[in-house]
Amino acid sequence: MTVRERLREKISTAFYRHGLLCASYPVPIILFTSASILACCYPLLRLPLPGTGPVEFTTRVRDYTVPSHEPQGDLGERPDWYRGPPVAYIQQVLVKAAVSPWDSTLVPVDVFRSPLGRVFSLLEEIRNHVHNDGSGVRSLEALCLQVTDLLPGLRRMQTVLPEHGCLLVSPGNYWQNQRELFDSDPDLLKTVHQHEPKGLHTSATLRDLLFGVPVKHTGVSLYSRKRVVTYTITMVLGSYDARFLSSLRARLRQLHPSVNCSLREDHMVHVHFKEEIGMAELIPLVTTYIILFAYIYFSTRKIDMVKSKWGLALAAVVTVLSSLLMSVGLCTLFGLTPTLNGGEIFPYLVVVIGLENVLVLTKSVVSTPVDLEVKLRIAQGLSNESWSIMKNMATELCIILIGYFTLVPAIQEFCLFAVVGLVSDFFLQMFFFTTVLSIDIRRMELADLNRRLPAEAGMPPPKPGPLRPREAPPPPRPSPYTITLQTPAFRNLRLPKRLRVVYFLARTRLAQRFIMVGTVIWIGILAYTDPAGLRTYLAAQVSEQSPLGESGAGGLPPHLGVASVFPGPGGDPASTLSVLPAPAEPTPLPENQSQGHHGAPREGVPHQAQAPPLVPQISWGAEDEEGWRRLSFRHWPSLFSYYNITLAKRYISILPVIPVTLHLSPREAIETRHPQDTRHPPPFIGMYGEGSKQVINPLSLSRVAALGLAAGVLLVLLLFCLYRVLCPRNYGQNGVAHGRRRRGDLPCDDYGYSPPISEISPLLLRGHSMDIECLASDGMLLASCCLAGQIRVWDAQTGDCLTVIPKHGSCLYSCIIGGWEQRDGWDTVGVAEPENLGGGTEPGGGVFDEDEGYPLRRRTTPRPALFEDQPDLTPLIDTNFDSQPSSHLLLTPPRDGFDFGGLVERAYLEHEPPSLGAVWAMELRGNLIAAGRSSGKLELWDAVEGSLRCSNEDGVSGITALAFLNNRIVAARLDGSLDFFTVDINKPLGLLQYRGPPGRSNMPPSPCYSSEDVISCQLTRSVQCAHQKPITVLRAAAGRVVTGSQDHTVRVYRLEDSCCLFTLQGHSGGITAIYIDQTMVLASGGQDGAICLWDVLTGSRVSHVYGHRGDVTSLVCTTSCVISSGLDDLICIWDRSTGIKLYSIQQEVGCGASLGVISESLLVTGGQGCVSFWDLNFGDLLQTVYLGQSSDGQGVRQLVVLNNAAIVCDFGSELSLVYVPSVLEKLD
Amino acid sequence: MADSTVVSDQQRSGSGQTDPSRGPYIAVITNRSTTLVIRGFMLFSIGVFLALVLNLLQVQRNVTLFPPDVISSIFSSAWWVPPCCGTASAIIGLLYPCIDCRLGEPHKFKREWSSVMRCVAVFVGINHASAKVDFANNVQLSLTLAALSIGLWWTFDRSRSGFGLGVVIALLATLSTQLLVYNGVFQYTSPDFLYIRSWLPCIFFAGVITMGNIGRQLALYECKLMSEKTHQD
Repeated sequence: MTVRERLREKISTAFYRHGLLCASYPVPIILFTSASILACCYPLLRLPLPGTGPVEFTTRVRDYTVPSHEPQGDLGERPDWYRGPPVAYIQQVLVKAAVSPWDSTLVPVDVFRSPLGRVFSLLEEIRNHVHNDGSGVRSLEALCLQVTDLLPGLRRMQTVLPEHGCLLVSPGNYWQNQRELFDSDPDLLKTVHQHEPKGLHTSATLRDLLFGVPVKHTGVSLYSRKRVVTYTITMVLGSYDARFLSSLRARLRQLHPSVNCSLREDHMVHVHFKEEIGMAELIPLVTTYIILFAYIYFSTRKIDMVKSKWGLALAAVVTVLSSLLMSVGLCTLFGLTPTLNGGEIFPYLVVVIGLENVLVLTKSVVSTPVDLEVKLRIAQGLSNESWSIMKNMATELCIILIGYFTLVPAIQEFCLFAVVGLVSDFFLQMFFFTTVLSIDIRRMELADLNRRLPAEAGMPPPKPGPLRPREAPPPPRPSPYTITLQTPAFRNLRLPKRLRVVYFLARTRLAQRFIMVGTVIWIGILAYTDPAGLRTYLAAQVSEQSPLGESGAGGLPPHLGVASVFPGPGGDPASTLSVLPAPAEPTPLPENQSQGHHGAPREGVPHQAQAPPLVPQISWGAEDEEGWRRLSFRHWPSLFSYYNITLAKRYISILPVIPVTLHLSPREAIETRHPQDTRHPPPFIGMYGEGSKQVINPLSLSRVAALGLAAGVLLVLLLFCLYRVLCPRNYGQNGVAHGRRRRGDLPCDDYGYSPPISEISPLLLRGHSMDIECLASDGMLLASCCLAGQIRVWDAQTGDCLTVIPKHGSCLYSCIIGGWEQRDGWDTVGVAEPENLGGGTEPGGGVFDEDEGYPLRRRTTPRPALFEDQPDLTPLIDTNFDSQPSSHLLLTPPRDGFDFGGLVERAYLEHEPPSLGAVWAMELRGNLIAAGRSSGKLELWDAVEGSLRCSNEDGVSGITALAFLNNRIVAARLDGSLDFFTVDINKPLGLLQYRGPPGRSNMPPSPCYSSEDVISCQLTRSVQCAHQKPITVLRAAAGRVVTGSQDHTVRVYRLEDSCCLFTLQGHSGGITAIYIDQTMVLASGGQDGAICLWDVLTGSRVSHVYGHRGDVTSLVCTTSCVISSGLDDLICIWDRSTGIKLYSIQQEVGCGASLGVISESLLVTGGQGCVSFWDLNFGDLLQTVYLGQSSDGQGVRQLVVLNNAAIVCDFGSELSLVYVPSVLEKLD
Repeated sequence: MADSTVVSDQQRSGSGQTDPSRGPYIAVITNRSTTLVIRGFMLFSIGVFLALVLNLLQVQRNVTLFPPDVISSIFSSAWWVPPCCGTASAIIGLLYPCIDCRLGEPHKFKREWSSVMRCVAVFVGINHASAKVDFANNVQLSLTLAALSIGLWWTFDRSRSGFGLGVVIALLATLSTQLLVYNGVFQYTSPDFLYIRSWLPCIFFAGVITMGNIGRQLALYECKLMSEKTHQD
């Protein structure tokens, strides 16, 4: 044994034990695994969440210093990106302007024309502001961020965005910061809108950039209700100078004081931007993810033969994902911070780790034998695959380790993650997935078994020893599925149209699908239209590219065509400096004047309560403090990106805003009017529109909710109506009533149809004093033999007793107590008469019986008067004989099956003279009864006359089974030998009369031996050691004799020359049942619960299935299927060609094992005091016929199907003849 | 990937073809030359798609926040590159099963779609690594990629014919690229192996293995269809 093999064995053992552990304690293990996953993922909480949203950090303005580059020790909450100077400082001047008091002579344009016009003077002021202190002269020019060209794709924006100078943006940029252009612009709104992208409104448009506040808040609109215009002048500073900024702030405040302004001015906000993923990066990323999903899809599709495919697929994906998370978490815990882009390497990690192991495990486990315990199945499956799993894992680890030594940091990190991920994946597979698999398999078995719990109770304990440790797993079996009943066509015809519609709906699940689709669409619409939902997000996404689209689409404003080359706002420092000497020019409004304007018209307000306020209120609130927050978070990145400055992984500092309040007089507004301004439509129309809009906008969410609620209510009402219309009133009760049908109930299909009960009634054939032991029939005659050794011949058509072949009287009298005489006498009378009547071939017994008043034939169950005035000896007999064998029967190991010979022998040993013997086997052909006795004697009796025609005593061992075919008799003996006899008739064969209709039976029409012939029976050949152990089954058909024995083999002999053709080996238990018919189909069932189908011509095994827990007790084939019954009270129906189990029927405990097929689709089974008819196509119980009044535990052990669609079965000491009239019609 | 879903759809429809009443469409599908054309077209589209995506990966090495022109960057390479890649991949994908057939050793190793997907993912990963990971020097990069390519072959192919064909095609492709660059059709930014990058043969090799894998899988499906048909006949 090499090291490798030893290692392999050890690994396999370890995996086996592990599988046992996992399957034994599923819940604690799953809890433990979940806990460990959570523990390992805990460090992930410290990692920043993925996403591109900016991060903020606030510091105080007062003691602000530019942070150093070096990471300092403990800076508390200071984030690690807060290092070094920011890209830029943003200083915004927030202007709120209003014309006050509002005059009725003013037109809507006046709301914003003159306030916007003031931006130019403000700009002048800001640009020319100079701070002069001891350290030198500072102006905006020196501090601001100097920008160069716009990006090449943005040529169209050159007219509005500054180039080659200070980055200073304001609404004035629309007019190139020139007052003259503004004044001569006939339509300000048009100019502003020209630069807007068509279609969706986006969040970082040029308008947002220039105004610095969201469009809604600017007030630049004809329908502005508040009549306050808000805009900002945004200065982007390259360096920070506290003194210059504070002097500017003081200056502006002095010029334009804001009275009620209490904005906080002591905090600056640093905003850090993450790296954004562009479209070009997204495409490969999306591709890799699509490949990943395709991989997962194709992998999980292979999971098969489990209870819940989706559940296991989910578990597999969870295993891989959480192993990745665990890997990242563990790496973080030990101080390795991930620097790779997680989203990018994630698909590759998944692919490297793979789902293969999980699938291999599943496959291996489901291919273990189904009849094993779940625990053992899991353990076996694990240990089968242990070596390959370990090998694969070692290989992958090696490859990754090699990758680790490439010494490239990125690859090293990837490898590290992959190694930890692999190990944790292995851990999860072993603990999490295996346990989930065991739960799944158990669920599957439960679903399979939940119908058969009573059978389990009655089952014999599992056989120890040779069956269990199966070395090679048996071939994969198809999963047993439960019976799915298709509604037969004839039932559909009977349905009302209404029900058919409902069934159609139910079958196709149309309603559910419609509702589902509708719900999905509805939710989608909700999500899209929701103000905080997808639409705005999409708009934000689109806005990234908006300037590009806009630049191509929008036309140039006419006046810009003139001034195409525009000096930027800060483009010419010399000129601005020259303007410096007149700084106070644009500040004509003294403080008190504006105050006066503010206060004076207040008295006028009350008498115009409904109109908008005459004096626009300029209020400063907390929301103005950080007005930039209301902008898109892509506002700043997009502004900078126009100049090819990326903010990714960098930060900007936003300084507190400088508030500016402007009040303008109506006179000023009128003065700045453009001649075309008055042509705008009268304001009140707009005001109505605006008013309604104002009402609607905040209500849109609640409106949607109300609509949704209404739709939901409507839906419910609709469904309720549908239900009332389509469903019958008593739907519920009916469903329960016919939902479950117990055996023995009136059979009744789903639509209330039940066949009349009187159709089938058993005909009891009485006469035997003890339990029936053997039963044989050739279609016309019926021979039965009881434990007492008495053979009776009955007419199979009428049920008349034709002959009684008595045992030798002395024996009977000696062994049976008193009353027997009486009874025997009665018997002899009954027998003697037919003989006297001439004993023709025609049974005349029935006539005689009725004449004599001996009602031998009874259709009713009550005991006849004859037996009531006589001492009823049945109990005594039972005590003496029946109880013993029957108790013995219960104790006998089930492998003895049908072979009652042993019982009989034991029962009779004490009571009978040894010279004779009990009849162990009996066959009937023509009118010859072949009886095999326990003494080894073969007797041939004339069935009609009751005379012994011939006997052969060549053998000494008891005959356990007989086959009588043509003129040959085969006898199997207890010692395993097989004797072939030939029946010779001293008469030309041509004179033989053939009798009996050529029925569907598989036996050829048997020659009728007349009583004149001299019949001799010769032993032609004796195969001494046909089997090592007693032969249990013997069947003959189609010129073949098949024997099954307890030595696990089946042998096939040719009938003509007694030559052994094949010895079939394949069972791992004694053979208990064999079926062969004219079409040379051979099926055998054994004690191992296996059923084998053989090809008799070649001796090869066609299929091998395991269907039963315990012995297969009987086997029958039809042209399309094989029916088997087992000790587990299960009847299995298999497809004959494929060996797939079609369905199985669970019977009650102790139902007996007898089976018969009446027609292709009608199966009859024997039960406790009853026989049941089943529809083979659907597995429906058609009818149960009770044989006696009291089902006192007498099981039907033998069941013979006669030609004329009748069945005969034994029922204690009686025979029961049951006609199945409905089948008669079918047979025609 | 759109292509793969198409494939799986057809596979599904193929498996449902056991009923004898076949429509004209099915008959067309089962026609041999038609399947060849369909297969070729599929391989071609996969090749074009991969070429576009991987080229994008190569082009977009420098992260910019707002690429000036996204659409044009997708088609940043010359127009003839994707069709060339598509044609090459169609040829390779048809060649592999053909050679398997000629040699009489059908490829049995890991013949499932999940494995093919894994292979494609690894191939994209190799490209990703070549584009995104910063290596110390070119030799290291090339060696790593060569090892990765060989690993790809060993993991998903393991056939001698596959290896031989891969090497031959990779050499041919490298040679032709050299010629192209020599004639000035295009050029590499920092050539280190005559006129091209030294990792190019490795990428070619991995691509050949991947396309061969896909082609074999498609051919397998066709074989199944054919055998089904003969069964029915």
